[in-house]
Amino acid sequence: MNARNIEFEVEPRQRLREAVRTESSEVLMRLDSVSMYFERNQGMFGPPQKVGAVVDVSLDIHPGEIIALVGESGCGKTTLGSIITGLQKPTSGKVLYKGQEITKLSGEKANQFRGDVQLVQQDSYAALNPMRTIYQSLSAPILQRKIVRGRKAARARVIELLQTVGLTPPERFLDKYPHQLSGGQRQRILMARAVSLNPKIIVADEPVSMIDVSLRISILNLMSELNRKLDIAIIYITHDLATARYIAGRGRMAVMYLGRVMELGGVNDVLSHPKHPYLQALLSAVPTPDPEIAKAITELPLRSLEMPNAAKPPTGCRFHPRCPMATDRCSSEEPQLRLVGSEQTACHYAEEAHELWQRKMADIGAIKSV
Amino acid sequence: MMEPLVEVRGLTIEFPMRAGLLRAVNEADFVIPKGQITALVGESGSGKSTMASAIMRAISVPGRVAGGSITFDGRDVMSLGKKELQAYKWEQVSMVFQAAQNALNPVARIKDQIIETFRAHSKSYTEKQMVDKARNLLDYVRLDPDRVLNSFPHGLSGGMKQRVMIAFSLLLDPQLVILDEPTTALDVITQAYIFDILKKIHKDMNITMLLLTHDIGVVAKAADRVGVMYAGNVVEAGDVYDMFKRPKHPYTAKLMKAVPSLYEDVSERKGIPGSPPDLLNMPPGCPFHPRCEYAHAKCKEQNPIKVYTPAGHEVACHLYPNPESVAEVRTS
Repeated sequence: MNARNIEFEVEPRQRLREAVRTESSEVLMRLDSVSMYFERNQGMFGPPQKVGAVVDVSLDIHPGEIIALVGESGCGKTTLGSIITGLQKPTSGKVLYKGQEITKLSGEKANQFRGDVQLVQQDSYAALNPMRTIYQSLSAPILQRKIVRGRKAARARVIELLQTVGLTPPERFLDKYPHQLSGGQRQRILMARAVSLNPKIIVADEPVSMIDVSLRISILNLMSELNRKLDIAIIYITHDLATARYIAGRGRMAVMYLGRVMELGGVNDVLSHPKHPYLQALLSAVPTPDPEIAKAITELPLRSLEMPNAAKPPTGCRFHPRCPMATDRCSSEEPQLRLVGSEQTACHYAEEAHELWQRKMADIGAIKSV
Repeated sequence: MMEPLVEVRGLTIEFPMRAGLLRAVNEADFVIPKGQITALVGESGSGKSTMASAIMRAISVPGRVAGGSITFDGRDVMSLGKKELQAYKWEQVSMVFQAAQNALNPVARIKDQIIETFRAHSKSYTEKQMVDKARNLLDYVRLDPDRVLNSFPHGLSGGMKQRVMIAFSLLLDPQLVILDEPTTALDVITQAYIFDILKKIHKDMNITMLLLTHDIGVVAKAADRVGVMYAGNVVEAGDVYDMFKRPKHPYTAKLMKAVPSLYEDVSERKGIPGSPPDLLNMPPGCPFHPRCEYAHAKCKEQNPIKVYTPAGHEVACHLYPNPESVAEVRTS
C-alpha cells in the first residue's frame, strides 16, 4: 500500500513495478480482468444483445483499506460490488479471495467467504425484515453461524454490537421494529449486522443516499471508525464524489464509466489531480457548497450530454464521443490503464488533460493543497 | 431588497391526522423577490414542499391553511374564486414536481399532452400555434422537437423527461416557476446541464423561480436568495453569498458544515447531533433547541421572533434579539 506514497521523482516504470510488488504481498481479494455481460432479449427473433455492465476490471483489495467506487448510474459500480460479494458470477475473469477462486470454494471455505464479505445496502427499510425486532434480526446470523452459543450470550453480543454502531442505550433498541427507527438508526443496524460476523470486507452500496443531509456525516464517520478499529476493508459505492472524498481520505478511488475503470489512485490524488477528461467533467458538474466556486464553473467540458447505449459502446475509448479532447486515435484505439503521475488513468492524452485542468482550477482559485 | 412577487405572512398549514394535529408549516414568513432565483432549503419534512403547494393553492387533503396570508403580485391568493384560480395556476405560477419524470402520462404522446394542457387554459390558440410554441420551448431546453413531440414518455431518458417538464411549465408564460427538487433523481452531469438551462431561461425570459432542495451545493450554484426551513419554520433567509459566508442561525451554520465538499478540509465537516423533531410531538420553544449547542433556558420556552436587517437578512433565533445583533458573529 505504500506504493502510493512514493515520491514523484521516481521514474514511472519503476514505480509501477514497485506498486505491483508491494501490492501482491498482501492482497485480500484480487479481481483479475473481470467482466460481466448481461444478455438482453431482442424480441423473438435475432440473437440476444450483450450489455457489458463491467468490462475488464482488475483491482486488488488489501486488508483494512477503503476503496471508493464512483460513477454515474449505469456505470457498473453496483454490479462490481455484487461480484465482490460473490452474489454475481462474472462472465469472464477471476475473483480470488485469499488466493483462491471464489467460484471454486466449497463447504467450509465457501461458508467462511460468505461471512467474510458483507453487504450493506442503500435502502435500510427494505433490507430488514419488518416483522422481526432488532434483536431477532441481529441475533439470527450470529446464532446460526455459532459465533455465540445460547440466548444469553447472543443478547450480550447484540448489545455490544449496538454500542459499537453508536445506538445507545442499546436496551432501548432491542425490542423495536424497523419502522420505529429513523433512517439513520436503521442504517446503523445494517452496519451492526454486517460487522457481527467479523468480516474482512464490507461492501457498502450508497449507504447514505437515503438519509437526511444532517445525519450523513455521522454514518460516514461510523464506517471509517469500523474500518480503523476493526480493520475491515470497506468498498464504498457511490455517485457522490464529495462523500467518497470524505470517507476514503486515506484510501483509493476508482472512477468508472460504462463498465470500465477510467482512473484509479489515492483519493486526494484522483480528486485534486484528475487526469481523465470524464472525471474532470464529473468534477465540474458537482455543485460545490460555496457560491463563489459554484457560480464560477459555468460550462461543462463535454461535447455531448447523452450517455451512449451500453449495448453498443463506442469504438476505441468509450468516452470519445463526449470528450472535448478526442482525436482520431481515441475512436480507434482503446486506452488501457497506465501510470500517470501517481495514479492510473485510461486516457491517451492524460498529461495534456491534467495540465489543462490545473490551469482551469488556478483560474477559479479553488485549488487547495491536499 | 427587490420588489416582492410573492409574500407569505404568518402562514400556518395543518394536517389533522389520527395521531394528532400535524403542523407542517408554522407561522412562516417568506418573500420571493421578483426576477430572482430564490431557494428554499430544508431536510425532508421541513415543510418546504407544503409551503410551495400553498403558494400554488394546491395543498393535498386533509391539509388546510389554518392562518396567515399569501399575496401574489399584490393579489390575495387565498381568496381567489374558482375561475380566477384556474387562470392563476399554470398561467401565473407553474410547478415542476419532484420526480417530474413520473408526472407525464405514460400512454400519450408528448405532443398530445401539450395540446391538452393548452386547451384547458385557452381557446384562442390554433393547434399549429400550440405546437409551434412547444417546439420553441423544447428547442430552448435543448431537445430535438421533432423527435420529442412524437415520443411517448418511456422513449425518453430521465434527464430528457425532466427537460420536457420544464418546457411544460413555461407553456403559458407564467411569472413564477416553482421547482421541487428538480434534479434529485438525476446524475450530476445531467443535473449541472439542467441548471444551465434553468439559469438561461431565468435570464432570457426574466422568470422568477422558487427552487426547493435539500442540497446545499445546488443552492450555491443556482440561487440568488436562500430561505432555510426547519420543522415547519423559516429560520433564516438572506442573500446567497451572505448566507454561505456568514450564516446566522445555528441550524444554517451546522447544515453548511454537515455537507462534505470537494475542496474544504475534511476534518472541518461535522454532522448535526440528534435528528429532526417528530412533527406530531414538537419540542416546546425553538424547534431546533434539542440539537443546538447555544440553547439556553429561553430557547426551551419560547419560539424566537424573527428579526429583519436593513440589508435583507432575516433570522429567528434568541441569539439575535434585535437587528443590530445580527451584524455580530455568534455562530462558529
